[in-house]
Amino acid sequence: MVDKVKVNINGNDYFVPENYTILKAAEENGIDIPTLCYEEGLPITGACRMCVVEVRGARKLMAACATQVSDGMEVLTESERVVEARREILRLLIANHDLRCLTCERNGDCRLQDYCYRYKVEDTPYKGEVKDFKIITDNPFFIRDYSKCIKCGKCVSICAEVNGAHVYEFINRGFDTKVTSAFDDPLPETTCTFCGMCINVCPVAALVEKSTLWKGRPWEVKKVTTTCSYCGVGCQLKLKVKDNTIIGVAADKSGSNLGHLCSKGQFGWDYVHSKDRLTHPLIKREGEFVRVTWEEALNYIAGRFKDILSQWGGRALAGLSSAKCTNEENYLFQKFMRVVLQTNNIDHCARL
Amino acid sequence: MKKEILVCQGSACVSSQSRDVYDALESELKVRGLEEKYSLKPTGCHGFCEQGPIVLIEPEGYFYCQVKDKQVPKLVDCLQEGSVYEELLYKSSETQEPLKTRNEIPFYQKQKRLVLQNCGLIDPESIDDYINSGGYSSLQKVLSMEPDEVIKEVKDSGVRGRGGGGFPTGDKWYYGRQPQADKKYIICNAEESDPGAFIDRSILECDPHRVLEGMLTAGYAIGACEGFVYIRSEYPLAVKRIYSAISQALEKGYLGKNIMNSGFDFDVQIKQGAGAFVCGEETALIESIQGNSGMPRPRPPYPAEKGLWDRPTIVNNVETLSNIPIIFDKGASQYARIGTQQSKGTKIFALTGKIRHTGLVEVPMGITLREIIFEIGGGIKDDKKFKAVQIGGPSGGCLSEGYLDFPVDYDSLIDAGAMMGSGGLVVLDESTCIVELARYFLSFTRMEACGKCTPCREGNTRLLEILQRIIEGEGKMEDLDRLETLSRNIIDTSLCGLGQSAPNPVLTTLQNFRGEYEKHVKERKCPAGVCQALLSYKIIQENCKGCGICMKHCPAGAITGEKNQPHNIDADVCAKCGECVDKCPFGAIVPG
Repeated sequence: MVDKVKVNINGNDYFVPENYTILKAAEENGIDIPTLCYEEGLPITGACRMCVVEVRGARKLMAACATQVSDGMEVLTESERVVEARREILRLLIANHDLRCLTCERNGDCRLQDYCYRYKVEDTPYKGEVKDFKIITDNPFFIRDYSKCIKCGKCVSICAEVNGAHVYEFINRGFDTKVTSAFDDPLPETTCTFCGMCINVCPVAALVEKSTLWKGRPWEVKKVTTTCSYCGVGCQLKLKVKDNTIIGVAADKSGSNLGHLCSKGQFGWDYVHSKDRLTHPLIKREGEFVRVTWEEALNYIAGRFKDILSQWGGRALAGLSSAKCTNEENYLFQKFMRVVLQTNNIDHCARL
Repeated sequence: MKKEILVCQGSACVSSQSRDVYDALESELKVRGLEEKYSLKPTGCHGFCEQGPIVLIEPEGYFYCQVKDKQVPKLVDCLQEGSVYEELLYKSSETQEPLKTRNEIPFYQKQKRLVLQNCGLIDPESIDDYINSGGYSSLQKVLSMEPDEVIKEVKDSGVRGRGGGGFPTGDKWYYGRQPQADKKYIICNAEESDPGAFIDRSILECDPHRVLEGMLTAGYAIGACEGFVYIRSEYPLAVKRIYSAISQALEKGYLGKNIMNSGFDFDVQIKQGAGAFVCGEETALIESIQGNSGMPRPRPPYPAEKGLWDRPTIVNNVETLSNIPIIFDKGASQYARIGTQQSKGTKIFALTGKIRHTGLVEVPMGITLREIIFEIGGGIKDDKKFKAVQIGGPSGGCLSEGYLDFPVDYDSLIDAGAMMGSGGLVVLDESTCIVELARYFLSFTRMEACGKCTPCREGNTRLLEILQRIIEGEGKMEDLDRLETLSRNIIDTSLCGLGQSAPNPVLTTLQNFRGEYEKHVKERKCPAGVCQALLSYKIIQENCKGCGICMKHCPAGAITGEKNQPHNIDADVCAKCGECVDKCPFGAIVPG
């Protein structure tokens, strides 16, 4: 049991576990502190400085994401000093950002935009060097537009800490810092597994799936929560649907996969709209597949099972299950094969 | 007593060919069969590097400057005669009187050499020399004490971190002692990257065992068995000497297992950095040792709690660690008598810039800037006027004449908007443009920023762009306010010490020399005559003889005039190269 401490945020006392950060304490009590580089489950880097807050007694502003609470701590999350600091950070970020928001894929779904709106940052007084990179389209799945990158480092962290692929790193230093692969190599030549988790954590439009490009504005896209149909893990994900067509996938943190996905879940959904896909049962009659109803198909299967079983016994039957099924479905399947069809000839595609 | 010939082999003297002097002495002594009579010894730096190569004759203490190898035969003649080689003595800048010993030279008179006490006097590559001068005796004392007593002694001494922050060392050790952990580490921060500062380099080159002794004491106090010296690879001589010190200490049992039969084990490894300024920041340094890019971590947690490989780690600067043996030799109360109420002991500065005597000086805390600059440093070169002093390196502050009688200690400097930093002290005269100075230091910190946090990465670039505009004559008055607010925001929000201090030169120059900024902006003039774009030249008619030399050398064809008649410069055509000023034999062309 973790001890609780009293923290005063914006004049109100809250009791929170002592191992909480200011950000978490605020979040749990309905106080929103803006963040760009913070992502639950990833290491805290304290890089963007958007979440700075005023802590009584501290000389400098403190990063709420990185500072642990202590008993009696007094925090101001929207004081004049804090707001001015955040506005300055936003002015600095947009001074070195491709501001062609009109046609940006993340327009309306961009944290940088949201915070500029929230803190009324309409423009930047800093007119100087702007980093201008060519959009990288080196792989079939997503583009990298580093003119929009704000160097929050979340793609670097999730690739290293969750996937373990360590594809991204910061190269150069200072103002010339850029996130990219080792030696700036094309992604297909790196250890990238194309899990796409980097896209899902990107707060701006530096990493965008190719499938969504020019396909719809974020507010036109419906996000439908579903379960990935590939393996038995049953990852939760959100399908981005526009006009009844899937155009991409977004992370859903509510499932057991905590929003993590692999390349199949992230990019392997195009079969849904494939013309070759089976959409109803077929029975082969005189060498030709003929469309039938589910009832007819199931009756046919049950009849054939019964015939084989009575004529040859259970050893004449075998069952092959799929890794796409859940553990529970696989359990029921083997139970059915053993008890109903009286056979131990059961196998699974994962063994093949 | 056998006479000793001590030849400085510090980096600066080596670069002025002191190795040749040493070799010449060695062969001269051999030829004359005097090897037994005189002992020839390489030593570390005396700090008066501009006078190198330096040769010291003991026991008389004759202090020979700028010795050349071809002067060696006469030097040995003098030795044999027992006379002084007068030409090699330092001459008083006022009276031109030759001064025989080090202590007679004004550069040394106001110094208090504690940390540097062995420098120039012992052979840095001989552990016996160190032991004979009292080395490792404080460690013996420490190992007979309880770790808590050791920490208390350091706390009582009042010593504070010499690397810049000025955090009380005893408190840091106390925090390092508290956590229970399977392993703890001591790191010696020798990543000295301030341009112009060479304090840590000198200590490591001159007296490496002192640093090891400090590390051992720290290790014993907090319960660490392993230490790292993080040193930049651009310091090859220092690296070599610390390596040799470690192997000698291992051999003599001052490192390794069961040190001095106390049961205390301690090992030291060296990690060479690639010379990134930001790696002097302790968390970036730790990342670098771990094999990652040198990017700082958020603090807290402080390294004392969670440092190298997440174990409790104490990071102390070379100079801080070098103070430790002195504390235990003298006793904390004796040590605490040096300095001011809040800043104890001495501080070493790398004195440089437009000053008569440059070099490394060790002074008691609380000394005034005036004493350092005008008494030790001998005042401004070429009879120019003092303008400012940049103290604390590129992230320090630029102080004007009004601060000359300010005591040099941690808190006064912070109050003045500067900081102790790692001890760079650059003196500037009237020919320095203050805006250009701020631009120069900022261009350094901007280049050295790691790029992790937004305010430092983006903000310092914007500060630099504004300064550049002002220098180019395109500044606006609102730029000055923008410089100030942006600087304050960068300081307030940056992740690490680099960003939190990088705008200091901008803020302090604005605060102390706002008028000069305004001249650049409002009048489009650079009073110091440095900023090219704001320069204009004129010919003083009375002085011009009409010789035509300027006209001949002007690459832009901007100068016109009849022979033997005063000439004129067409400001619209002038390329502001300054060639005419240099070439005019009558000093008739001036900026303005």
